[in-house]
Order: sequence, then C-alpha cells, then structure tokens
Amino acid sequence: MNALYSLVLVFALVLIALFGVGSAHMAGLFGTMLPYVAVAVFLAGFASRIIGWAKSPVPFSIPTTGGQQKSLDFIKHDRFDNPVTPGQTFIRMILEVCCFRTLFRNTSVELKDGRVSYASSKWLWLFSLLFHYSFLLIVIRHMRLFFEPVPACIGFVEFLDGIMQIGVPRLYMSDLLILTGLGFLLGRRLKDPKVRYISLVTDYFPLLLIIGIALSGIYMRYFAHVDIIAIKKLTMGLVTFSPVIPAGISVVFYIHLFLVCVLLVYFPFSKLMHAGGVFLSPTRNMPNDTRIKHHENPWNDPNIKPHSYADYEDDFREPMIEAGLPVEKES
Amino acid sequence: MADLPKADELFKSINYTPPSTGWMDTPVDTSPGNWCYPAKAEKLEYLGFPNPREWNPADVDWKLPENWQDIVHEGFKERLDKYRSLKVFMDICVRCGACADKCHFFIGSGDPKNMPVLRAELMRSVYRKDFTMAGKILSTLTGSRVMTEDVLKEWFIYFYQCTECRRCSLFCPYGIDTAEVTMMARELLHLCGVNINWILEPVSNCNRTGNHLGIQPHAFKDIVDFMVDDIEEITGKRINVPINEKGHEVIFITPSGDVFADPGIYTFMGYLMLFDHIGLDYTLSTYASEGGNFGLFTSADMMKKLNAKMYAEAERLGAKWILGGECGHMWRVINQYMDTMNGPANFLEVPKSPITGTVFENARQTKMVHITEFTADLMKHNKLKLDPSRNDHIITTFHDSCNPARAMGLLDEPRYVIKNVVKNFHEMPEQTIREQTFCCAGGSGLNTDEIMEIRMRGGLPRGNALKTVQDENGVNMLSCICAIDRATLIPLANYWAPGVDVCGVHELVGNALIMDGEKERETDLRMEPLPGKEG
Ligand code: SF4
Ligand code: SF4
Repeated sequence: MNALYSLVLVFALVLIALFGVGSAHMAGLFGTMLPYVAVAVFLAGFASRIIGWAKSPVPFSIPTTGGQQKSLDFIKHDRFDNPVTPGQTFIRMILEVCCFRTLFRNTSVELKDGRVSYASSKWLWLFSLLFHYSFLLIVIRHMRLFFEPVPACIGFVEFLDGIMQIGVPRLYMSDLLILTGLGFLLGRRLKDPKVRYISLVTDYFPLLLIIGIALSGIYMRYFAHVDIIAIKKLTMGLVTFSPVIPAGISVVFYIHLFLVCVLLVYFPFSKLMHAGGVFLSPTRNMPNDTRIKHHENPWNDPNIKPHSYADYEDDFREPMIEAGLPVEKES
Repeated sequence: MADLPKADELFKSINYTPPSTGWMDTPVDTSPGNWCYPAKAEKLEYLGFPNPREWNPADVDWKLPENWQDIVHEGFKERLDKYRSLKVFMDICVRCGACADKCHFFIGSGDPKNMPVLRAELMRSVYRKDFTMAGKILSTLTGSRVMTEDVLKEWFIYFYQCTECRRCSLFCPYGIDTAEVTMMARELLHLCGVNINWILEPVSNCNRTGNHLGIQPHAFKDIVDFMVDDIEEITGKRINVPINEKGHEVIFITPSGDVFADPGIYTFMGYLMLFDHIGLDYTLSTYASEGGNFGLFTSADMMKKLNAKMYAEAERLGAKWILGGECGHMWRVINQYMDTMNGPANFLEVPKSPITGTVFENARQTKMVHITEFTADLMKHNKLKLDPSRNDHIITTFHDSCNPARAMGLLDEPRYVIKNVVKNFHEMPEQTIREQTFCCAGGSGLNTDEIMEIRMRGGLPRGNALKTVQDENGVNMLSCICAIDRATLIPLANYWAPGVDVCGVHELVGNALIMDGEKERETDLRMEPLPGKEG
C-alpha cells in the first residue's frame, strides 16, 4: 500500500511537470525559478539540520566497540573497530562512509533443523554500494553542464564511465548500475516480509523518485536525443545568474529537472539526511578512550551526590560495631 | 513458570512472518507474562520518583497522572536537547532492516515489534508527530502518530523487552543504538510512574545498603567469613579479608551477586584466594559493595548517584586505585560513564600492579582496572602458581557479556585467563561470541521470573550456541564475567542446553591456584571431588 501511494505520488509529479511545461508553457518557472528555490532550500535545509543536531551536546562517550580494546601490551588491539585515538577513529569513519563496512558484516538468521543459523548476507552491502557510487559518478558527470570549459577531471570520469564504448551515444555504466542498485533496494523492500513490514511511504517515495529521475535521464539521452547544447545554455545561465530559456528543449528534460528539484527540496526533511547524520553518530565517531581521558558532560549536575557514608554508618553503626567492622564514629 | 512450553515446542512456535495488520494497527498485548511486575509504591517514594501508586499493567486503567501527555512531551523535548544521540537516532534511520534479525528477542519470538528498528519506531512515530513538520502535517504518510495511552502501554511492553545489549547497534550502518533509545523511553516512562519493581527495588537497596540485594554490613561480613571458612576447608589455609579498612592500596568492588548467590560466591572465593596468594594490599567495602549499577536502567541521574559511591569510598578509605570484579553493566558504566559523571578522581593514582609493576595506561583516567586485565597481567609475568589439571573435569566455553564486549571491547583478557587455568576450552560459533555476542536475555533488570517465557525466547540464540558446543565438544561449563549472567544463564542453560553449568572466570582461577602452604586439594571450590580424588 505504502509503495503504491509513493508510486502515485511520483506519477503526479511527472504529470505536474508534463502539463506545467507542455500545456501551460511555464518553462520559465520550471527551468529557472524552481531550480533556484530547490537549491536554496537544499542548502539551507541541510545546513540547518546539521546545526540542529550539533546543537545538542554529546554528554557521554558511547562508542559501540567491534573488537578488542586497548589494554595490555601482549593483547592485540583492534585499532579500527575499537579506536582510542582520533586518527584511528577517523579511519573507522572513513571505512564506514566510503566502504559501508558495517553492512559488509551483515548476517541473516534462519531457523533450520531445530537450530538458529546465521548466514553471511552481503547483498544489501553490495547493492547499496553500487547505488551510492553510481549516483556519485552521475552527479560528477553532470557537473559538465555547469562548467565552461569542462574541467579535465570531469571529462575523465565521463571517459571512464563510458569506457565500454557501447552504442551511440555511448552507454554509461553508471546508468545501468544505478538502476540495478535501485531495483534491488526496491525489490528487497517489497519482497522481504520483515522489511516490507517496516517500510513507510517515506521509504518508497525517495527510491521511486530517484528511479524516476534515472529513467527520465536515460530516456533523454538514449531515446529522445535531447538538444544538449540548448540544455547547457540553460544550466550555464543558471550558474551565472543570468537565466535563459533556450528554445527547443524537450519536455522530458523539464520532467527530469523537476524531479531533481523535488528531490533537493525533499532531501533535508527526510531520512535522506542519513548522508549528513552518519558523521554525527556518537556510537561511531568517538574513540573508546573514556577510561584514559576525561570527557566533559556540559549538563552534569554537581548536586547529585551519593547517599553519604555518614548516613550509611548512622543507619548501621550498632551492628557494624558488633560485627567488628571499623566505624568513623563510636556511637 | 508452570506454563512455560517445552524447549522444542517453543522453538517450533517461532514464525518470522509478520502479521497481516500494520504495526500501528496491531494492538499491544498486556496480558500477564508480557510484563514485569510494576514497582512498589514505597520504593518510588523512597527514591523520590514521580507518581507512586498501586497499579496493574493487565488493567485498562494504569492510573497515569492527569497530564501525562504533557509530561512525556516535555521530557522528550528535554532529552532531545540534552542528547545528540537521541536526536540523530530519531532522524537518520533508513529502515534498511539490517538490525532487524540481530536482536535475540526477535530471533526467539518473531514478534516484529522486537526488531530493533521497529522498537525504535515506536518512539520515532511519536517524535515525528511532535517534533517534525512533515509529521505534523502528513500523519500517516510519514509514519507518525499521536501519543495515546495505547502507545504508552506499547512502550512499556517493548522497552522492557529490550535488554539494552546493543547488538543491533553493531550492525546498523549508522551506529543507531536502540539501547540508547530504550534508555530514553524508560526515562520518559519513569516520569509517568510507569516502571518495574525488579529495577526499582535493587536501586533503592543499592542506595541504602550499598548493594542491590540489600545485604547489610554485618551480614556482608558474615558471608565473607563463611567463604573464608570454606576456603580453609578446601585449601587448609586461613586467609584474612580486610573490610572497610583504611590505608590499603587497592579497594576491590564487585557486584553483590558474587557475594550472595551461587555460583557467584565461588567466583568471589576465587578473588579472595588470588589476592591472598599475591599478597595484594586491599580492602573490601560494605558501603560500596555493589559494582553493578541498576541506575543505568532508570535514569542518568540515578546512575550517577549510585555510581558515585565507588569514588567516595575510595577517597574515604584512602585507596590508591580501584580493582573491579566480573560484572557486565558495571563495566559499561565504568567505561563509558563513570569518569564523565563522577570524576575526575584526582585523589586516586594511575593504577599500577604492585606485583608486576605494570601501569594500566588504559585506566589512567578512571583509575579502575578490570580483574581479568589484572589477572592476565599476573599470568603473563608468571606470578601465579597454577595447576590447570584441577579443572580437568571442566570443559568450558566463554560467554562474552554484552556490555563489556560492545561498550568496552574486553574480549581477549578473560580468554587469556581461562586458557591459563583450563585445558579444555571451546569457543561457541563465531556469530555468537566476542562483539557479536548474544545477550543472556535477562540484562537491564529483566532477570525476573514473571517473564520467564520471554527470557527463554530471548535466550534462544545463546542457548542454541551453547548446545552446539555441548553436542560437539562435550562442554559442561559456561564461564562468564558478569554477575547477572551467573544468575540468568542458569535457567537459560537448563532450558536450552541442560547439563551445562555456569561459573565465573575467577572460580576457575581459584580452582587452579596453588596457594603457598595449602594442603593437597581434594575438591574444587564447589566442594565437589576433583577428578581422581573421588571417595
Ligand atoms: S540498521 Fe540502522 S538504519 Fe537500518 S533499520 Fe536498523 S536502525 Fe535503521
Ligand atoms: S539493544 Fe539488544 S535487546 Fe535492545 S533492541 Fe538492540 S539487540 Fe534487541
């Protein structure tokens, strides 16, 4: 049901763009106004979310450790799963953010022959990695629309992406891979009963939205053969703050662009913010050094005192003396 | 316990297919057996917790305070401002489900609300409604809902089916720690006077008598005297145990479970024998006679208050540093909270083993050393005379307690100690040990009998792993370094792997230790005949 809602939602967005540009001739709105608004909302929203999180203190240092602590010399310390220095912690984070290391460890449980068995389950790791890296490649490739001349590094990424030299225009591997990744993520959400059970509209919607963006992009490039020169005029107009709406741009482009705008606006208010949040997660970004170094809790209340020894002794002085235990005050 | 199903029946009843109704529309089951008894009013009064009253979770009316919704809302807001962890964890879960089948309660029950992600969603749904714009406008679409009495009841049931073991956190790509969410939810429930007696009574005992079992100082001394008698009977050696004495180098603090209950007492005897053997200049304390901190399961403030005793007593007695016993929650608190809350304890010195001269750099700030670190170091330096053959009747495996394992990384020290005193040691399957260890299902104050079925379900992964090494290697002893484990693993082993006993690591050390001037031993610390010495 939630998946269906999301699908309808994405279709509605496509229709909005289709009619907005195609019938209502609001190319100006969709081509210039909305992108500006979207980028502004994205930047401001992203920043404000990060600031919002950062405003709350981290009162306690609570890393989840994944290996042997640093202790005696002859016991091998697991530096990157149980870091004690900022450098080690940094590497732990890099491995997490760039390689999705935690997901790599994923297992799945099965009940078999009267036993619980645990199988390694790396599909989620593989396909999310695929999805995220293809996305990154595609974003980098698109940068060519915003630079004149195009920096060499972007050209290089493009070259690599299209290295298989299939078809005209050349097939980008990332286009296929992102669809594979997204397809798996969506399929898994629909197929695995546990994951389907926890999935909300807000889980399907971004997936379908990104699929919509990818499909419209692919359609434009390989099937509609849109006028790329005109599009670059438009994008260059945007970045130089002298927006123009060149004639002859296909409506598919506006649909593509509109969906991207929606994604940008949606991003800061959704779970997509995991992109920023992962850096702020106290169980991962802190060293396990609280026995070694002082960590400050800004709201630690100095007035909280233990039930005092004096009160304790007052309670039990007689029996303590009788039992021969030392006391501070003889009664 | 009477209607506890047989192990294989229980196993067969597990079904991982979620119900056909969405989780928000699946009502919570508050029938007896699903909850721990509520806290007695007098305990709440003594501790100054709000809304003390007689109530029964099976009733429709929980006698909540009039404005309980405001209380929860305000409390929630306060905690979002105080803890970045909570704020971030409420926002960034992508519901990937990587954590879903990592929780022992889910594995053993199949109840989807025991999937860590859904457990946290119980709280996130309210967060979205109360604190996010989208949630306010687009209720159902964003998975948000209003805080009603039913939601509160659901919180009570499911946040007391989480042992705060953090296994889920290990597998979450963002490190989302559902234990942290549970801790916050329990704090909010406390604000409305919804809590359980098995936590509040120990807390109140700890506060007054110094330990959670409520052992008073003279009784504590009696128990220690008994143990000294037993040690004499077994070894022929009478040892001296200082209690509450000033001017010793070290103060030793262990969970009171070790003092009170079988099999913890054997572990305790092991400590005492070890200290005598190496001539450690130490004292015990009756005032700080509890390492385990039940405050951890109520609120940060209570945790701080109870924990503060350790430093206060070390200072009063003039000790130089603190040696801590085998205890799970105690070490989570000591490692991750103690110095922050109760320190810095500058009146103490950086711990240095008086026997080997090793400086414990990893305890430079807290001034507190774990006994397995201490003993491993002694062994490495050959300071102990040991006869491992006295443990030949024992084929053991080792259970990593969740808290030291996932909050600290204390994994190899206990193994090093065990391997020096026992010849027959076997690891349980890889996915169930070290940082991936499975909870005893009685942690965080849930080791109470009225929820036995829930505990046995949650104990399935551990019990099953144990059964594996029992079948394959003939394991007959499960060693551990946690007093709660020593209590909870016994029924668990009886249920899932009958025939396996439970012990602490220092019980094994005590068995193997050759003390100066001792007689030839005929029994182990449990007074059972040693192999070859029977009748
Ligand atoms: S693993 Fe983490 S992100 Fe994934 S569902 Fe669980 S808590 Fe959410
Ligand atoms: S902390 Fe442990 S008990 Fe709680 S949800 Fe996570 S895995 Fe389950």
